This record gives sequence, structure tokens and C-alpha cells, in this order.
Amino acid sequence: MTVPAVIALLPWIVLTGAVVVLMLAIAIRRSFPVAFWGTVVSLLGTLASLAWIRSDLPIAATSLLRIDAYTWFFGILLSGSALAVACLCFAYFRKRENENEEIFLLLLTATLGGMTLVASNHFAMFFLGIEILTISLFPMIAYSVRASLPLEAGIKYLVLSGLASAFLLFGMALVYGELGLLSFEQIGRLGLGLESRPLVLTGVLLILAAVGFKLSWVPFHLWTPDVYQGAPAPVTAFVATVSKSAVFALWLRFLVDVQADRSEILACLLGVLALASVLAGNLLALFQQDLKRILAYSSIAHMGYLLVALVAAGRLGHQLLSETVGFYLAAYTITSIAAFGVVSALSDDTREDANVDDYQGLFWRSPGLATTLTVALLSLAGIPLTVGFLGKFYVFAVAVEAETWVLLGAVLVGSGIGLYYYLRVVWIMLQPTEKPVPSPPLHPAAGSMLALLTGLILALGVFPQKLIEAATNELRPESVTHNDAELATVMRRLTDMAASMVSEVGPRSALPAPLQPARFSPDR
Amino acid sequence: MTLFWLLLITLVGGICAALTGLWRAEAPRIAALITLGLDLLLVLPLFAGMDSMTNQIWLLQLDWAWIPRFGIRFHLALDGLSLLLVALTLFLGLLAVGCSWTEIRERPGLFHFNLLWTLAGVLGVFLALDLFLFFFFWEVMLVPMYFLISLWGHENRAYAAMKFFLFTQISGLFMLFAILALVFLHYQSSRSLTFDYSQLLHADLDPGAARWLLLGFFLAFAVKLPAVPFHTWLPDAHTQAPTGGSVLLAGILLKTGAYGLLRFVLPLFPGAALDFAPIGLGLGGLSILYGAKLAFAQSDFKRLIAYTSVSHMGFVLVGAFAGNREALQGAVMTMLAHGVSAAALFMIAGALQERLHTREMGNMGGFWTLAPRLGAITLFFAVASLGMPGLGNFVGEFLVLLGGFRVHPGWTTVATLGLIVAPVYALVVIQKVFHGPPRLASLSDFGMRETGLMLALIAASVWMGLYPRSMLAVSEATVSALARLPAQRGT
Repeated sequence: MTVPAVIALLPWIVLTGAVVVLMLAIAIRRSFPVAFWGTVVSLLGTLASLAWIRSDLPIAATSLLRIDAYTWFFGILLSGSALAVACLCFAYFRKRENENEEIFLLLLTATLGGMTLVASNHFAMFFLGIEILTISLFPMIAYSVRASLPLEAGIKYLVLSGLASAFLLFGMALVYGELGLLSFEQIGRLGLGLESRPLVLTGVLLILAAVGFKLSWVPFHLWTPDVYQGAPAPVTAFVATVSKSAVFALWLRFLVDVQADRSEILACLLGVLALASVLAGNLLALFQQDLKRILAYSSIAHMGYLLVALVAAGRLGHQLLSETVGFYLAAYTITSIAAFGVVSALSDDTREDANVDDYQGLFWRSPGLATTLTVALLSLAGIPLTVGFLGKFYVFAVAVEAETWVLLGAVLVGSGIGLYYYLRVVWIMLQPTEKPVPSPPLHPAAGSMLALLTGLILALGVFPQKLIEAATNELRPESVTHNDAELATVMRRLTDMAASMVSEVGPRSALPAPLQPARFSPDR
Repeated sequence: MTLFWLLLITLVGGICAALTGLWRAEAPRIAALITLGLDLLLVLPLFAGMDSMTNQIWLLQLDWAWIPRFGIRFHLALDGLSLLLVALTLFLGLLAVGCSWTEIRERPGLFHFNLLWTLAGVLGVFLALDLFLFFFFWEVMLVPMYFLISLWGHENRAYAAMKFFLFTQISGLFMLFAILALVFLHYQSSRSLTFDYSQLLHADLDPGAARWLLLGFFLAFAVKLPAVPFHTWLPDAHTQAPTGGSVLLAGILLKTGAYGLLRFVLPLFPGAALDFAPIGLGLGGLSILYGAKLAFAQSDFKRLIAYTSVSHMGFVLVGAFAGNREALQGAVMTMLAHGVSAAALFMIAGALQERLHTREMGNMGGFWTLAPRLGAITLFFAVASLGMPGLGNFVGEFLVLLGGFRVHPGWTTVATLGLIVAPVYALVVIQKVFHGPPRLASLSDFGMRETGLMLALIAASVWMGLYPRSMLAVSEATVSALARLPAQRGT
């Protein structure tokens, strides 16, 4: 392995190392504050190493992982979000009696899964990343084991997620069975040929179903409100942001790398999903009484907006694609963590009040938290001065330029409905109340993180240029420098492993006899 | 830089008001007065500069880079039209602070913060020359206004605030579509991505596309104006808002819709506006008569005034789409005069509600003997509102009808009927509230503060009525340029 490749992998190495060290530390002596600070330090280390490798990009660390500016942007976003969630977790679980250090361990592995996803360039890594992420999420969702709702949510997520993984694997198997390739770049060079190869089309649709499950597009959304409601609030924040951003970033890279972004069939299908998500998400949110369920349906709608942007920008050009999706996901992530963070700060492991009536009079009980939640809701609604407005502006701009009028109409209707249920929460918070719901005192870790997030929402809403520049990246693999000549053996072993995974699912006879050596031609 | 300071002072003043509110109840009121006073000190010298201007339209400009990715610039500029409206905004802002002095007792810091931030948003709307920036301010002013209604409003404030927000925000989204489509059409023909007003003026638009774009802008402005049939949010919002909020809504926020028509719809799409004129004039005529009819049918004092606003803003719509110099000057004059008269009437209604805790005119009567100053002042503004010669509203409406008749005699005749209906609703108020046997044993008359505020408004109304030339001269350059547009660009 070459030195530049190792350096480029530093953030991943730091994160993996941190997981091991933290696990050992917990085994030796349990201490909640030490585990928290260890997590903060390792995430800061990840961020610092990301900052350090910035100038060496793009680089293909192995043929499984491609580390370029796009990866870098999402790496920063994911580890930053994980840091915010860690602060929320620290405040949320601080009163729990015993064994609460593992939440940080799971948080780090889940982040590692997400970081792997945004760098992956190969079906094997796609699957590995998504499984690392998902398997860490089950125990996180069911972390408050004494209550029934988290357990129910955990089981629900486990079962449905297992199903989605099976779909994903089967889809990959079908694509591999037809093309004999697993690397995105190589598939891209050959061309998927969705129109002419029905097996590949079926495979991609199965993959789409799995991704749709993770991103909770309608009609794959049924788990979302229950899991969001049941999971502890900081974990919900994580599921809503890190997990979604990572999977969406990967999905976009996959589409562009395998050159499926111009496929009419896929665009049409994604358009239908977008339409359904925007309308159903917003309509169903209207009938919710639980703030976490409202935010769950709103996240369905937001994933729909993002899909509108993806379909529209796909018709315009790659650069716009990464810019729009990157900006929107960053805006959505910052805003959602702030919104769930307020829910989290008002609850702890023993009691969680998420019914909207519990928020009555919040403005007069704790003005700071109420302001944060208001800013976050206005940002989700896309009101100026907040970063959410520019996100929505992007969606409108690409949809108008691509002339996708039907989708644009859906976004308009959805935004209108959305305003109503976001404002309803604001209105409830303004109402005076006679019997205030007791809430735990605000922990400084959660408080400072929420203040920071509110500041970010407003600052990026007024001065978005830096974020726009950071989100604008080249998605195409052409410009990547490859350092994997010596890596052929390692890589081939991994490809074999992936092939054996595939062969467990698909019929062996469908595999082409010789495994394509996944090497890059020397002239590249 | 003056323009930037104008916005900054107002925004910072709002924050100061919020912070000092934690200290003493009186402090935010004084902070708001100082803020608006400083703003006025910046603006008033500009009137002197208007005289020395010869042929350029923009008196002051400010153009900073903001989001270069989309060619969005922080571009503010001030011409005669903006100057008049900015002055009106600050004047009514001062009065809104004045009339809330005793009414708002809960959380005065937060109240004045929202008041000043609404004003800052409105000032931004009147100054922005970048379409993105304009939209930005257009939406920004909604949020503090929403809080003003929903926190300090009357019994049905939740419904009113929500309706106000949804109507204006959703119609605003249509405008955002139109802005984006305009920008991209301009980009396709010129290969330069810009939201700048002066460059988009020269966009080469296909007439069909221009018609759709005009519709997008018109919808947002017609909701704000409001024109029938988009007016239903207005009676609720005006009735439920606290007095200061009603003054801002009727006096200033409605004018942003009218300003949008004059600043954006007519110059950006002159050809399409010419085709659209019959519809615009029709809606204007309809608003005048329908608003007046509904005003007459109301028993709630504030609701009645709210419907008269619909009626008066119909004249602005007629003036804007009649499109010649007289009619446009009339529209500008009506905007100013209606700002003053509607603010005064809302302050009277607010004063009555503060004393009686009701707005029902059925519970009022015979107040002239109890409170003669209140009665006389109400009579003055009722008469101003019905268009008595010598007062501001008459000048505006007369000019609109004069100009409109040359373009479209049919609709203008319909609009003229408004002058007959207006005395009916205006005098009904006087009859119901001030004549007849006294319904109460006692009623405290206007005190020093209230009389002073009213005198300022009376002076403004009389000045506009007797010496309209002073205002018309300021807006002359802008209006003449607007009136020349259809001739210059043909279809």
C-alpha cells in the first residue's frame, strides 16, 4: 500500500482505532464522562485528519474506496453530525443507572459505516458500509431497553432492515450475474444498459428498493414514524441525518459512476417516488400529535424534495448534481439535528415528552430551546434567513431550469402544507400554559451544541457562499489518481470475498466463469 | 452606505429593544423611538437631494457581492418612489410605537423587537434591486409580523396569524418560481446568470413566457395588496392584530404589494402588462365595489376598516394598470394617503377597544358627547377616507380616475361608483358610534399622547390634500419612466 493511500485513509484509520481503544477502555473501567470525552476527541481527530488530507485529494486509496472532494465534504458533514449527536447523547443518558458507555461505541461504529459509504466505489464496500451502519443502529435504537417503545422500534428496524439488505444483496447479485463486475467505475465504463438488459434493470430496482428503505421514500417509509418515535431522541437525530446523508451520498455517486443518472426509466421511477414522498410525507404529517412523528414525516417529505432535486439536476449536469444534493443534505442535517436536539434536551432516558402539547408555553419556560426549535422549524419550512431557505431555493432553481413542472408543482403544494404543521408547533410553543411539564435542566453539552447549530443555521442562511463552494465537487471518476497497482492482490481477495457473498444468494450458474480482474488499465 | 445603515440601525435597534425589555418596561419603547428617529434623520435630508437631481433615477445605490454562485448581489437603491414609501414606513413606525405605549403591557421588549424587524423587512423590500434580495426581504418581514399577530393579537389570533402567513407565503412561492424562471430565461439568452433588476429589465422574453411570469408576480402582489378574490386573509389579520400591528399591516405592508406592481410587474413585463391590463383594471374595479359593500355590512369596527382597505387598494390596482402618468401618480398618492388614513382609523379602533374591550359597533353609540375630541378626529378621517377634496385620498383617487378614464372608460366608470359607496360606509361608522343616545355613562377622551399622534396624521393628510405637488415631484421621475415603458418596448 502506498504512503499517499495510507495518508488518505487516515480519517478511517483514526475512527477505527478509536473504536478499538474505546472498547478496551470500557472493558478496563467504565466511566461515562471518559467515554464521552474519548468520543469527542476521536471525532475531532477524524475531522482534523480530514482537514489534513484535503490537499492530497482526489486519490483512490484502494479500488474499493475513492477519496475525493465529494467524499471529503460528506466526511466532514458526517463526523461533524456525529459530534453533535455525541453531545446530545451525553446529556440524554447522563442519569442512566448502569452500562451506558456503549452508546458512544455504537455511535462511532455507525459513523464509520457512514464514512465508508460515502467513500465506497465498489459493491462490496457499499454492502459493508451499509451493514456496519445498520447493525450499529439496531442497539442504538433499542438502547433504552426498559421501555417498550424503543424495543419495538428496534425490532421493527431490525426486521425491515434485514429485508432491505436481502434486496440489496440480491440486486447486486443480479447486476454481477449479468455484467461480471462489481466496481462502479468498471460498470460505468461498460455501461449499465438498463434499457437492453432486463436482469440489470431488475437488479438496480432491487438496490433502489433497499436504498429507498434507508431513505424512507414512499412507499418504503412505513417504518419511519414508529422508529423515530420509539428511538431515544439523540439516536433519532442520528438516524434522520447521518444515516440518510451517507446513503443518499452513496446513491448519488452510484448513479453517476455507473452512468445511470441519464437513464429515462430510472429518472421516471425516481420522479414517481419523489412525487409520492413529497405529497404523502407532508399530508401525513398534518395528522400527527407527536413532534417526533411530525419530524419523521417531514423528513420523508425532505427526502422527496431532495429526490426532486436529484431528478431535475440529473438532467442538467454533474456539477450541479453534487452541489444541489450536497448543499441540501448539509442544510437538512444541521437543521434536523437542531430540531431533534431540542426534543432530546427536554427529555432524558427515563421520560421522553414528544407530544406537541408538552411544548405548550416552551417560549416562556425555556426561551433558548424554544428559539432553537423555532429557527429549526422555519429552516425546515424554508423561510429566509435560515439555511433551509437556500436548500429549498436550490430545489426550485434546478427544477425550474430543468423544466420538471409536475415535480415543481408537488414541491409547491408540499411546501404549503409543510408550513402549516411547522407553524402549528411554533404556535403551540407560544401559548401560555398553566401546568408546565417538568423537564430536566439543560445540560451544558447539549445547550452549547444547540446554540452552535442555531448559529450555523442562521449564519449559513445569510452567507451561504462558502458552503456552496464546498458542496460543489466533481463526481466523475476521471480525475482520480490511482495508487492501487500494488494493491491488486488485496483487492482480488476482497473481490473474491464479495463474489462468494454473491454466490450464496444468487444461483452459481448465473456467474460468468472467469472473474474479471478488477484492475485499472495502465494508461489511466 | 446610507441605505445599509438604514437597515442595520433598524435591525440592531430591534435587538436593543429586546434586550432592554428585560431591564425595564419603558426602555424598549424609547429604544424603538430612538431607532426610528435615527432612521428619519438619515432619510429626511434625502428629500433635499431630490430637487438637485436632473436626469438620473436612482438617488442612492449600494451594490455588494453576496452569493456570487448565482450572481446574487446585495443591491440596494433608492429613487423617488422608494423614498416616499421609506418615509411613510418610518413615520407610521413611529406612530405604531406611540399607539402601543399603553396597549402593550406584556413583553414589550419582544413586541418592539418584532415591530422593528418587520419595519426592517419592509424597508428592505422598498430598497432591494436584486430580485433574490427582494424575495428575501419579502419573506423576512412575514415572520415577525406573524409573531406580532399571534402573541399580542385578540381572541381569534391563532387562526388569523396562520391564515396571514399561509396566504402570503404560498403566493410568495409562486413569485419565487417566476423570479427563477425569469432569471433562467435571461440566462439562456444572454449566458449571464444574474438576479439584478437593471439587467433583467433587458431580458429578451417570448410574449407567452412573459405572460406566465407576470402571473406569478401578480399573484404574490395581489394577495398582499389585497385584490378580490385574494383578500380573505386581510379582514382576519387586521381585526385580530394589536393596534400597532394593524397600523403596520394597513399602512405599510399592503403598500409592498402595490410597490411590487409598480417596481417589478410593469417594468419587467411591459408588453404582457399591457395585455393583462383589462384583467387588472377589472379586479381593481371589483375590489373597490366589493370591498365597499362588505365594509358596509360589518358590525365589527376593525373589520369594517379592513374592508375599506380592500376598496382603497383597488384604486391602486386600477392606477397601476391604467399605466399613464396621471394614473400612476394617483396610485402613488393613494398609497401614501391610504397609509395615513387607514393607520389613523385603526388607531381610533384600537383606542376604543382599549377603553371598551369590544369592537362591536352595536355596543357603541352616542360617544360624541362623551368624547368630543375622539368624535371629531374620527369624523375627520372618515371624511378623508371617503375622498373629500382637500385631503390626501381625494388627490390620489381623482388622479387614478382621470388617468384611468383615458385608457379604459368602462372599468373606470365602475371604479368611480366607489366614490358614491364610500360615504355610505364612512358615515355609517360616525352614525353608529357617535350619534344617538349615549350607551355608556362615561368614556375617557383622547389624552395628550393620542391627540398628538392624531394631529400628526391630520397634518399629513391635509398637507397631501392641499400641497400634493411636494409629493408628486418626488415620484415624478420614476413615474414618468414607467409611463413611457409600453411606448418604448411595444409588445
